[in-house]
Amino acid sequence: MRAYVIRRLLLIIPTLFLVTLIVFFSVRFVPGNVVDLMAAEMAAAAGTGGELTAKVIAHELGLDVPVHIQYGKWLGGLFRGDLGESLWTKRPILNEIVSRLPISLELGILAIIIGLLIAFPIGVYSAIRQDTRGDYIGRSFAIMCIAVPSFWIGTMVMVFPSVWWNWSPPVQCIPITENLGQNLLQFIIPAAIMGMVLSGVTMRMTRTMVLEVLRQDYIRTAWSKGLRERVVVMRHALKNSLIPVVTIIGMQIPILIGGSVIMEQIFCLPGIGRLLILSLNTRDYPVISGINVMMASAILGINLLVDITYGYLDPRVHYR
Amino acid sequence: MGESATYSRAIKRHSRIDLFIRLVREKPLGTVGAVIVLILLQAGIFADLLAPYGFNEIYVADRLAPPSGTNILGADNLGRDLLSRIIFGARISMFVSLGASFLSIVISTLIGIISGYLGGKTDLVIQRFVDAWMCFPPLFIILTVMAIVGPGLLQVIVVLGVLYGIGGSRIVRGAVISIKENIYVDAAVSTGCSTGRLLIRHILPNVMAPTIILFTTRMGAAIIAEASISFLGFGIPPPTPSWGGMLSESGRKYMLQAPWMAIWPGLALSIVVYGINMFGDAVRDLLDPRLRGGIGRYSGAKRKRPKRLSG
Repeated sequence: MRAYVIRRLLLIIPTLFLVTLIVFFSVRFVPGNVVDLMAAEMAAAAGTGGELTAKVIAHELGLDVPVHIQYGKWLGGLFRGDLGESLWTKRPILNEIVSRLPISLELGILAIIIGLLIAFPIGVYSAIRQDTRGDYIGRSFAIMCIAVPSFWIGTMVMVFPSVWWNWSPPVQCIPITENLGQNLLQFIIPAAIMGMVLSGVTMRMTRTMVLEVLRQDYIRTAWSKGLRERVVVMRHALKNSLIPVVTIIGMQIPILIGGSVIMEQIFCLPGIGRLLILSLNTRDYPVISGINVMMASAILGINLLVDITYGYLDPRVHYR
Repeated sequence: MGESATYSRAIKRHSRIDLFIRLVREKPLGTVGAVIVLILLQAGIFADLLAPYGFNEIYVADRLAPPSGTNILGADNLGRDLLSRIIFGARISMFVSLGASFLSIVISTLIGIISGYLGGKTDLVIQRFVDAWMCFPPLFIILTVMAIVGPGLLQVIVVLGVLYGIGGSRIVRGAVISIKENIYVDAAVSTGCSTGRLLIRHILPNVMAPTIILFTTRMGAAIIAEASISFLGFGIPPPTPSWGGMLSESGRKYMLQAPWMAIWPGLALSIVVYGINMFGDAVRDLLDPRLRGGIGRYSGAKRKRPKRLSG
């Protein structure tokens, strides 16, 4: 087990290195370079402009040295836990991200809880009543959750209650430390929408796994012992079918993070997703790279955790 | 030789018809899904004939007109007929879903077969790239790359195709690794079969089932992804009617006066993705050998058994 974890941790190093390469160089190809944007802004403000300003700005931002040297500097900073600073606001990126993290995190955790609360009961029911009306309704619901675009529901929720009942979700973000109830009320709608997407995938996986396990010999044994259905399903089938579901939940996390971009945008929550959209629009390279590197490392860590959890949940799994 | 080829072709045709019959008989929801997919394809292919107006024909007098005889689904803020825009939007969704899914399975199969069959160092190196690629949140990668390549239909297809392709290669690789342990692979090698022939004639046909499943799951995902990025303004630029784009800027701005502008595209998206997923599910159930047969289906008959035992 320890050897396995160490090997996995070692494998993370080349992966992370590739991640930094992808992140750094892809972002540099963004057209409509930041220097031009800034030069245009300054020219508009001061009434002068042209070549000279552009050169000064590029020098100021450290963008006039060859790309590989910029990369080296950036990577060196990463090792010291320094993601650099935003080209526009000059604020350290790490602080920007960390200050927005609680919002995205809260949204994500709430979404996972809601998603699982919907997914497990329906998934199990659908499997033990395969090809009955209940199964069809359950599966239709799950697929509706995946099919209905979250940004569409989000937009509808923003607009229609205000038309019908004169109520609209608050657009000012209330910190969790200030007013827990208000804060939850604000987060629960976007989190429920994100949770729906999650529950669709998890429910289908649960159903498939329960179906597979129900065909095992030990289930037949349990039946022939005369056990009640509840015991067969809850004690014998469910435990073994939920193991792969853990992986699916782990795999859903990147999608969840992506989904938060849309929800944060619609519900005006100042999380990491909003920061990404903002910095993409302003071509703020270091911020874009910083966010992507942070997210990628987080996901690598989560994947490892999921794999280790797997070993604890399933005694048949041996790590070598 | 010729005879056996005809014979195997006949079996193939028979099994395909058989699959279709089983779909209709055993999977009513899957059949509904198949019908929805067919409608999408029809609408996409014959958009020019079906749509009452062009997708960008502006009638100022009809600005924000509610659903009526002339505009069955109403008109948008520029007086364009929404039904026509939805139908042309189906064409965009069709291109994106088919294009991106096709590209993705080609990439998945290519990477998966090479990485899975060769194994060893090649596999290790390729898998690190796949790892690195897969640890970005998909929407982050799509948005970043779309900001780089600029908006457009072709760009969306390529970005989604590559993204899903690299992700899906894991599944194909897994299938290849288990297939190559089969005795018929050893037999082929021992009779002097070249690697290329082995991969194409023996490995490839056996990874077709997971590949088809990948294809159907990607189709729905691609439509949603395209709609999401068009909604955020990084996808297909106006005036091309993408369902997601129709929901963004103008759709949200005029939603209070003209709710139909936001309702129809969302509804179209939901129904189509629902249909594709239902169809894909049914195909998976029919193709996945692990779900086939076993000790009988867990259904009515099975549930009665404990009762009979106790009573």
